[in-house]
Amino acid sequence: MTSQTTTLTQQRRIGLRIERRLEQPLWLRVLTPFILIAAALLIGALLLSLVGANPWVVYNKMASIAFGSAHGWSDTTIKATPLILAGLGVSIAFRMRLWNIGAEGQLFIGAWVATGFALFWLPRDTPQAIMLLVMAIGGFVGGALWAFVPGVLKAKLNINEIITSLMLTYVAILWNNYWIYGPWSDRGFGLTPQFPRNAWLPRFTDYSGDFPFLRGITAHAGIFLALAVAILLWFVWKRTKWGYEVKVIGDNPRAGQYAGMYLARKIMAVMLLSGGLAGLAGMAEVSGVVHRLQERFSPGYGFTAIIVAWLAKLNPLAIVLVAYLFGGLLVGSDAIQPAGIAKMLQGVVLFVVVGGELLLQYRIKVGRSASS
Amino acid sequence: MTTSPYAVEMRGITKRFPGVLANDRVDFQVRKGEIHALLGENGAGKSTLMNILSGLYRPDEGEIAIHGQVVEFHSPRDAIRHGVGMVHQHFMLTPSQSVAENVFLGAREIGFVLNPQRMAAEVRRIAEQYRLPVDPNAKIWQLSVGEQQRVEIIKILYRGAEILILDEPTAVLTPQEAENLFVTLRSMAADNKTIIFISHKLEEVLSIADRITVLRSGRVAATLPAQGVTKTELANLMVGRQVLFQLEKPPVQRGEVRLRLDKVCALDDKQLPALCEVSLTVHSGEIVGVAGVAGNGQRELAEAICGLRPLTAGAIEVAGERMTRPTARRMIDAGVAYVPEDRNATGSAPNLSVAENLILKSYRRAEMGAGPFLDLSAMERIAASLVKSFNILTPSIKTPVRKLSGGNLQKVLLAREISSQPKVLIAASPTRGLDIGATESVRSLLLQERSQGAAILLISEDLDEIFAISDRIVVLYEGRIMGEFETADADLTEVGLLMAGGRTPSESFATQDKG
Repeated sequence: MTSQTTTLTQQRRIGLRIERRLEQPLWLRVLTPFILIAAALLIGALLLSLVGANPWVVYNKMASIAFGSAHGWSDTTIKATPLILAGLGVSIAFRMRLWNIGAEGQLFIGAWVATGFALFWLPRDTPQAIMLLVMAIGGFVGGALWAFVPGVLKAKLNINEIITSLMLTYVAILWNNYWIYGPWSDRGFGLTPQFPRNAWLPRFTDYSGDFPFLRGITAHAGIFLALAVAILLWFVWKRTKWGYEVKVIGDNPRAGQYAGMYLARKIMAVMLLSGGLAGLAGMAEVSGVVHRLQERFSPGYGFTAIIVAWLAKLNPLAIVLVAYLFGGLLVGSDAIQPAGIAKMLQGVVLFVVVGGELLLQYRIKVGRSASS
Repeated sequence: MTTSPYAVEMRGITKRFPGVLANDRVDFQVRKGEIHALLGENGAGKSTLMNILSGLYRPDEGEIAIHGQVVEFHSPRDAIRHGVGMVHQHFMLTPSQSVAENVFLGAREIGFVLNPQRMAAEVRRIAEQYRLPVDPNAKIWQLSVGEQQRVEIIKILYRGAEILILDEPTAVLTPQEAENLFVTLRSMAADNKTIIFISHKLEEVLSIADRITVLRSGRVAATLPAQGVTKTELANLMVGRQVLFQLEKPPVQRGEVRLRLDKVCALDDKQLPALCEVSLTVHSGEIVGVAGVAGNGQRELAEAICGLRPLTAGAIEVAGERMTRPTARRMIDAGVAYVPEDRNATGSAPNLSVAENLILKSYRRAEMGAGPFLDLSAMERIAASLVKSFNILTPSIKTPVRKLSGGNLQKVLLAREISSQPKVLIAASPTRGLDIGATESVRSLLLQERSQGAAILLISEDLDEIFAISDRIVVLYEGRIMGEFETADADLTEVGLLMAGGRTPSESFATQDKG
């Protein structure tokens, strides 16, 4: 018996131990997103080389298309705009640990309401400023109300918002399809007629008469809106009592209740804002880029926004950066075949982010454990 | 086989956790057939040492011998194979299954098909042998905490434990239940079982143990026979300095009624009645202690007063203002402060900083920023001054509170609640889990508040604490007030009996009716 225990001891001397890090050092926290993206690209490279491509060439090509020229930046900005807005939207809910994953649906409803105003509910000769303002408010309210349904169900009946917000996304997409194939259809195709010019968000290229170098730069004013919202949110989290309440409730709802915060009201308010920003993303997309409502006008911005918000650790300014990165990924992958590469890379990134975050909370210790 | 007089020998045990040296070259010997108390403050390393002995942790250094034979445990299963079993503070029972089923849970020899009669008979046999009365066919959820503890003991006895480790077994028991447990332990010791008893309560250690090992900051401070040791000597060994047992309780003039409960009824989380027509009053400058065994409506009482739990009947009056539908915010605004029993789950936001936790109750006020804005510099100024005046040990005011020790977290809560200059202070088990030093400072803070004229309701399972600092005592049992005493006239045995639901002389009810 005694001899048996000694052999066991000897075996265990060569061991790896995994222990939880009690705290993550600052450098690690800052580097984490970069490490994770690098890891994702590495895994992506492996997959690319498995299908016979040279990953270095592919990545280089994607980067130069997305960020190598003014037009590239413009295209990337166009993709980044809805990602920033919807990403900020979901980040508000996530901060309070409310899992609104239905941003895609809220985005569709925002776009639908904006389209209604642009084509049908306002006189066609409404001045551009008023037209755009009404469309923006309408888009915001539409998205907000769509998110309010899961919000109110969560607040009053404690129904899981993950399921309701996701399911409502499919309702929103089908609702949209009904209108574009039915009452609002342009000659039976799955799209509406084009918006009048006064319902278009101004684009850089619109000013190429005065500034010729802006020719072909089709990025639109939505990006300024997105940046303004990012800065506003950053301020709200840092310097307002409302932001403080969201932080407390997100960390420990019971403590929030104990401190006299109204949980149900807060859940509803947060869902309204969260959905509102996603709705605004939808409005910006139809008004700034597509200029009509059509089937699949969003390549899943509302879902990608979840990855963006998560990778940015819900920091509003980091969301802008990460959204640009993902915008670049989308633009870059348009140029390569097969186009599924971008989707695959996104998937890999999400996978690595979720998994890697966990790994970084632990550290590996090599060697001597017992009886040394 | 047993050449060694010791059932357990732990030699040079060292265990490190990141940033903490939990056990530092600990030598610990237990004789066969003795009751050995392991005494120490929280964080002294008692539980770590016993978790090593029971196979839950592995030591970084050192060796363990059981009955003179060197062993190495890789799991609790290894430990039980060598006859070492532990009863944890938090029971590991499945509520919806019967006592017998729980005892046999995980036991391999019973095979695939269960034989209920045989299982029940086996449980009954062990129960009778060691005087552990419990019905083998009862479901766990039907049992009292004391009975559940017996099931845990039967469970490890069934698995052949010769060496039993009990982690603070009396923490959840009434004085009477604790006395029953002691009888059981003595009879097991007489039957040559070895018992290790973890505790930080000096009286019970002196009354039950044969020998005592005192741990302090991960090291053995002393091992000594219980015979001839005094409480003061033990306390000094435990803390490493002189300890005052009697807190000075200055006479305070009892003022006007600050808190009045008028036939308050409330439900628990399962929507079953938890409070039945509870009436009590607390005056300015007075501490009223609510005695009772955990789970008799204490939490519901505190939450009802603080507006966190709706009243189904009755009313609460704070400083003359009558409320039938109190909310948390209304109660805070009315001047009710609350130090909840679960500091982590209710009283704080663990990942938020010390400063952010300190303003949890005051952030809505104008001095914390105008209108919707939060004035960060005001927050930091207030936090820094509270950290200083309440002597909170924290690396900085930006440190997340989850990194603070229990005592310091409790100081954060007390600093926050007291700094609001409350009219009424509800303190629920304010010293639970704190060591002697921190307990002393929390109690003197409460007495200080009392001198300032606050009305304090002290809800605690620790009768010593209630007797030490309250002016009046009420006993809560199954959501009802069973009796009310002036502390000076109260008798420990009688209070203990009422806590267990025992009937009383009628005069104590008469006092209650008057109040």
